[in-house]
Amino acid sequence: MRLLVKTFLQKPELAAALLLVALVVLFQILSNGIFLSTANLRGVLGLLPEMALVAVGVTLLMICGEFDLSVGSVFALMPMSMAVLMAQGWPFLPSVAIGLLLCAAIGFVNGWLTIRFAIPSFITTLGMLFMARSLTVVISGGFPPRLDMERIPEQIFISFVGPGELIRASFIWFVVIAALVSLLLSRTNFGNWVRATGGFLPAANAMGIPTARVKIACFMICSVLAGFAGMIQVLRVGSPLPSMGEGMELAAVAAAVIGGTVLTGGIGSILGGIIGAILIRVIDNGLVLSRVDSNWFKFAIGALTILAVVGNAWLRKRGRAMKVEG
Amino acid sequence: MSTEFRRAADPVISVRNLHKWYSGVHALRGVSLDFERNEAVGLVGDNGAGKSTLISILAGLHQPDEGEVMVDGHLVRMRGPRDAMDQGIETIYQYNSMVPSMSIARNLFIGREPLKASLFGIGILDEARMRAESVAAIASVDLHLRSPDALVGELSGGQRQGVAIARAMHFKSKVLILDEPTNHLSVKETNKVIGFVKSLAAQKVTGIFISHNMHHVFACCDRVVAMAHGRVVLDKRIEETSIEEVHDVL
Repeated sequence: MRLLVKTFLQKPELAAALLLVALVVLFQILSNGIFLSTANLRGVLGLLPEMALVAVGVTLLMICGEFDLSVGSVFALMPMSMAVLMAQGWPFLPSVAIGLLLCAAIGFVNGWLTIRFAIPSFITTLGMLFMARSLTVVISGGFPPRLDMERIPEQIFISFVGPGELIRASFIWFVVIAALVSLLLSRTNFGNWVRATGGFLPAANAMGIPTARVKIACFMICSVLAGFAGMIQVLRVGSPLPSMGEGMELAAVAAAVIGGTVLTGGIGSILGGIIGAILIRVIDNGLVLSRVDSNWFKFAIGALTILAVVGNAWLRKRGRAMKVEG
Repeated sequence: MSTEFRRAADPVISVRNLHKWYSGVHALRGVSLDFERNEAVGLVGDNGAGKSTLISILAGLHQPDEGEVMVDGHLVRMRGPRDAMDQGIETIYQYNSMVPSMSIARNLFIGREPLKASLFGIGILDEARMRAESVAAIASVDLHLRSPDALVGELSGGQRQGVAIARAMHFKSKVLILDEPTNHLSVKETNKVIGFVKSLAAQKVTGIFISHNMHHVFACCDRVVAMAHGRVVLDKRIEETSIEEVHDVL
């Protein structure tokens, strides 16, 4: 029993999960029961996949011990390149494929530069943040093309589906992708290498893990997920804006950290990153419903980030200190 | 090429005329050695004498700039730690080759995970087997730990060293390199490691034991090799030499 409690206390996403429950209850009361109404949940869950998919990739990369500040720009570049290609007459699927390949290439460059020149990924991806954003504006030519909605299979990306039309199709994409990445991290040898690489790099190298390739793979997954998330947003709103996704890189890091991922790598979970993303959405929406001045949103996210990290560290310490028989 | 060194009839590892430069520093200056089967060799020397360089070449972490490494009489070129492991050479590093944030079972199999199914080298972990085999591996080195799921970061230095040894033994190594394994250990834990090195011959494993502590080397090794300035300066059976003699050449 104590072992169970101990294991539970050491779960990285525990603090965030507890906070989420508390906030949902709080907002449900403050909003006089509107928060958990079907109409509101549709709004919250409809936008969630975009932020959460970025958070999934960033969390994976952070567990691997690296950072990606360029996700917000990649979030804009992918749908912009897709929209430009479609405006020139390309069909939908090839345009998507080219856009995602571009993301993979950016992830590769991020990883390769970081490893080849042994520089912090903070710097590499900060540079990429500016470059990818600039590229987005350049290829848009200043006039972002409108998407021809006739040529987009709406039902498989953004239409409302499910019982009571509660969720959008994008939510299913998100759940499937998140589950796959989560399984990759927790149930495969690759996941073991990711944790070892981020947890203690010299040991991973000494045990013969191809740490450079593992890191580059994580950079690529992170970029592709950011691009895919950006595509979902653009399919929803109908036109890519060159400024979309600005500030998203830091929100994604906040989501990962709120969910228990440690900045130095090795510790964290995909589920935690998702809970962090949900928390950010819940606060965004809950504040509005509670008629709080929405300018307090960023304050709340900031406070939450600090609170969650402090809470996590405390819970983990309590868990570790718990003595178990034998 | 230096020709004066103790040759073995059937060496498990031989190195010939190894040279290694590190950013302008000549760390190994023509080292030739034979390691006999099932012998425990103590490798001693001051910091910067070249012993770490020598073992990192044997462990596959670095490649020599010149010279040859032979395992079982065959010339081998080891490009990484995995190549050395595949040759049956396991290494236990001074700064623990364990990831503190991962469980014992996960650590034991880093890079060599048993898989249930795989595609292009990536596959699903056989976690039940990892747990069962790590329990057995740890018990076989006479270590008692409550669970293979405990995090390595929660273990004491001696327990971690025990898990590292269990890992090396589990993969049926021919040669076990121990890099300063007694650093930061209590007296009791140190004695356990020394007892373990002594027991290697019976398990048909060659031990290469790197230490600063001459008493530890003389307590468990059959032979002592002393290095200074990138060269071997003494190579004798333990019974043919003394702690004082080794100290004098260093």
